Amino acid sequence: MQAIQTQGMTKYYGRARGIEDLDLCVEQGEFFGFIGPNGAGKSTTIRTLLGLISPTSGDARVLGLDIRTRRRDILARVGYLPAECAYYPGQRVRDVLRLSAGLRGVDCRAAARTLCERLQLDPAAKVEELSFGNRKKVGIVCALQHDPALLILDEPTGGLDPLMQREFFRILDERCAAGSTVFLSSHILSEVRRHCTRAAVIRDGRIIACDKVEALADTGARRVLVRGEFDPHGLAGVRGVETTDDGLRFLYSGPMQALMQALGAAPLRDVQITEPDLEDVFLHYYAERGEQA
Amino acid sequence: MTLFGHELRQGRIALTVWTLCIGFFVLVCVMMYPEFEGQMEEVGAMFASMGGFTAAFGMDRLNIGTLIGFYAIECGSIIGLGGAMYAALTGVGALAREEGGRTAEFLLTHPIARPRVVAAKLAAVAVQVLALDLACFLFGVLSVVMIGHEVPWQDLALLHGAYLLLHLELAALCFGLSAFVRRGGPGVGLGLAVALYFLNLIANAAPAADWLNYVTPFAYTDGADLLTEGALDPALVWPGMLYGAAAIALAFVKYSRKDIR
Repeated sequence: MQAIQTQGMTKYYGRARGIEDLDLCVEQGEFFGFIGPNGAGKSTTIRTLLGLISPTSGDARVLGLDIRTRRRDILARVGYLPAECAYYPGQRVRDVLRLSAGLRGVDCRAAARTLCERLQLDPAAKVEELSFGNRKKVGIVCALQHDPALLILDEPTGGLDPLMQREFFRILDERCAAGSTVFLSSHILSEVRRHCTRAAVIRDGRIIACDKVEALADTGARRVLVRGEFDPHGLAGVRGVETTDDGLRFLYSGPMQALMQALGAAPLRDVQITEPDLEDVFLHYYAERGEQA
Repeated sequence: MTLFGHELRQGRIALTVWTLCIGFFVLVCVMMYPEFEGQMEEVGAMFASMGGFTAAFGMDRLNIGTLIGFYAIECGSIIGLGGAMYAALTGVGALAREEGGRTAEFLLTHPIARPRVVAAKLAAVAVQVLALDLACFLFGVLSVVMIGHEVPWQDLALLHGAYLLLHLELAALCFGLSAFVRRGGPGVGLGLAVALYFLNLIANAAPAADWLNYVTPFAYTDGADLLTEGALDPALVWPGMLYGAAAIALAFVKYSRKDIR
């Protein structure tokens, strides 16, 4: 059974496109990355899966349950962390956690206590007085305390310091190892590369690539960094040219022999040819589709 | 029950403030009655000679010289309009503030069916309005006792029963509105309460606008009608209850299908 499966899922806000003909499949137990810039349709996808908005057309199942008819059953087994956590006025952290558990009809005080300790979150603190990062921690505990089968996380690390991010991902890795599925929506590609087994890239409301993270990164392109004078414009397969202090960097996806000949003819002090990182891959997919469009 | 309790906790400060404000003004108003009591014949004659204004406030049919007449006119406006404003604010904020405050994403990603959310919030609004009206009634009784008069239980209960229905109807209308608006709910609610109040004044002052009595719920709280008839006018109450029920039904239908952005 898939944790998430959508077929032709489409959402329009009036005439404005949200997502279009979205086919997505996330296996149970996966740590899945969902990559795209702001406005690409990540949040619309998540909100549709959670039943906050209704799809205009298409089908979707979460944990094998139809999102149109089994919303309540789905939400009972899902933990959701929104990009921006908003809470009711006048509440303390423990009130929020108690309210969340109460709305689920479960007693998860022990789990909440453990998570608060691990994330260094004071349950007695007033939510309104918390920093953005600490409010995020409240959301994380709410999403995790009932031990959900599927975790849907929308830009989860915003506001968390590096140590907290490490602890947070440690918790997610533990949950994933215990059988939970993690669906991580992010535009921080290093997070996806480090933790996810598979990922999908969304652009303009459509999935433009979905594969294992290593396979996504294997585009045949290379990141080239040169120090010295070099004009890459006559070379086919060059994109994303950026000037550095003493040279330039670009992505190259043409024949290696042509690159080596061009580099050999230039007065260079140093050359580095490396595997592109996920950021480059992301730009690669975007540029490719942009050119097609 | 969790959501119902949460709604009551969220509304407790507003309820306390509005109750104390309205109660305080009722107490002050009734305390002034003994001072006017001796001059009530002159005051009554003055109030009865102000033409349309007299009719608008029902003072052409009500003797302001009696305690209950004074109470119906002076305290009636405070409790009627003040309670209506509270009921409107409470009703219109119930669903709309979740989206306005961005807490809808928190609430509606928990496993509760949308109709149950609507029902819990509606029940909380009704309980808060009931609590306000009960407190106002007790303030009314207390104020009469404090000036050493015998409590006119039957008339007082009739007046306060009418105010309760008015507030429940207005809360229901605004609750219906709250399923449609995302922002600006308080302005819409207060505007509706005040507009309906003035429609009642117009209906009382101008015979040609009599049909407005079937639009505004303030019509069935008219102290002159209530005290002279000794009962609520069902011809005015039933349309109001139907409007309220329709607004609640609309809230259930709309909110169950609404896209939460």
